[in-house]
Amino acid sequence: MSKKRVAIVGTGQTFHKSHRPDVNGQELINEAVQRALCDANLKINDIDAIVIGNMDHFEGINYVDCWSVDGSGGVMKPIIKLTTGGTTGSTIAIGGYHLVASGIFEKVLIIGWEKNSESDTTGAITTAFDPVWDRLVFAGAISGLAAEAQAYISKYGASDKDGARVSVRDRKHACNNPHAQLRKEVSIEDVLASPMLADPIHLLDVCPRTDGACAVIMASDDCAEKITPTPDWIVATSSRHKYTYLGDVNWGQLDSMALASKEIYKKAGIKEPRKEINVIELYQPYSFAGIIWIEDLGIAEKGNGSEYIWSGATDMGGELPINPSGGVIACNPIGATGLIRCAEAALQIMGKAETRQVPDVKLALSSGFGGCMWTDLILHSKKKPDF
Amino acid sequence: MKENIIIESGALFQPFNYSIGLYGSKFFKELTDNRKFFGTKCQKCNKVYIPPRKVCGPCFSEMTEFVEVGPKGVIGTYTILRYAFIDPETGEQKPVPYGYGFIKLDGADTLFQHYINIEDESKVKIGARVEPVFSEEKKGTIKDILYFKIID
Repeated sequence: MSKKRVAIVGTGQTFHKSHRPDVNGQELINEAVQRALCDANLKINDIDAIVIGNMDHFEGINYVDCWSVDGSGGVMKPIIKLTTGGTTGSTIAIGGYHLVASGIFEKVLIIGWEKNSESDTTGAITTAFDPVWDRLVFAGAISGLAAEAQAYISKYGASDKDGARVSVRDRKHACNNPHAQLRKEVSIEDVLASPMLADPIHLLDVCPRTDGACAVIMASDDCAEKITPTPDWIVATSSRHKYTYLGDVNWGQLDSMALASKEIYKKAGIKEPRKEINVIELYQPYSFAGIIWIEDLGIAEKGNGSEYIWSGATDMGGELPINPSGGVIACNPIGATGLIRCAEAALQIMGKAETRQVPDVKLALSSGFGGCMWTDLILHSKKKPDF
Repeated sequence: MKENIIIESGALFQPFNYSIGLYGSKFFKELTDNRKFFGTKCQKCNKVYIPPRKVCGPCFSEMTEFVEVGPKGVIGTYTILRYAFIDPETGEQKPVPYGYGFIKLDGADTLFQHYINIEDESKVKIGARVEPVFSEEKKGTIKDILYFKIID
């Protein structure tokens, strides 16, 4: 069996809010699924298999693959649940890609979702870490991210203001995205005046808690172009899960991002990522990651991330726009978040990103972040890959 | 090394026990009985790991050599937690603000997480030298260390 080319042929997102008490989990999932099917002009009977995921024990319900089959469309279909923490959304995308690329299934529906309002996010994330060695001091996602920012600042220098500049960018971009939860511009002063959560991270430097779902349909080369005239071809994926304990992390840089990007550029023959990639949807849960991780991606030199951000290069209209959707700090339904990055990159390639469209996108990169400082990457292209 | 320690959830009943394995048990026994820190050393890459574990992830080889590290070290990175949240292990609010550090114990290659004393915040810096302050009571848990204090 030879490897099949794979394309995204449809996407669907819910309207994301901090609380969606109007729907239960199954109904929320269904909203995204119906929209993706409508976007691809397909019926649920056309779908061969489903991959679904969320954060374990966030909603107090396990086995989402089982209890949501009415809403997901999984009745009497092969359905697989994948969950890898923060990377869940990107992992389900990569898992779905593998199912189609292998030739086993022709059309696969991928669903990421979360109702963060139904649990204590910090508590739930904390219990994902080692009870004996990590949990005493670990305080959810923000504590680890703060440790990363402190190490970067000590090594290369950066300030609250540099972080704030990234936050201002993403929150401005979010105003163009009807699916973003937070759609309000903020100033550098607003970010700096917001409460300090964990040095050096202010409230407006980080992502919110969101209820929402996203669905993506992937199809093989055999049918993708019959479904849509503008499929989003997946050129390559890469995944790096590097550490078990937080104390093992090489703080101040994201090793998994550096390794994953090196691999994906090699697979795609990319020599100058900054010039060749047209847009990035970065899973960036806090502002300083927008400085640090673009260095690990090879977009800016080590220590020059802030300078590149201040130049406006990553703003809409700049050399390499990052997060036209507003990204994670404007909207974060965790199990869906990585898949939203993938869906937004697909919209950019397909030319369907409406008011947040970057002109003439040929190559887009989407990412997932989570676990113990782990990275997933997906490279999207307008052109059908050569392999 | 036959002692196999199990950590229990404390006064509040929770239906969970955690096995920490024989290597973890050795760590807690030495910490409790002798106030010493032990890591494991990989024979292949010479890296000293704390907490001690059986397998060196990158080499995927079994480690059998225990090495004493610390008790002093330096702050590798840190933050000060300032927002209120509930500790999911106890159901009680965490004592914010608190210092949270990744300590590079002398002789170890990975970092050890614990509380850092933040009486004088201006001294809390990457590279600051620290030492552990132990509890009087010996419980055989990570809380036998109360926190690390800055000694520069």
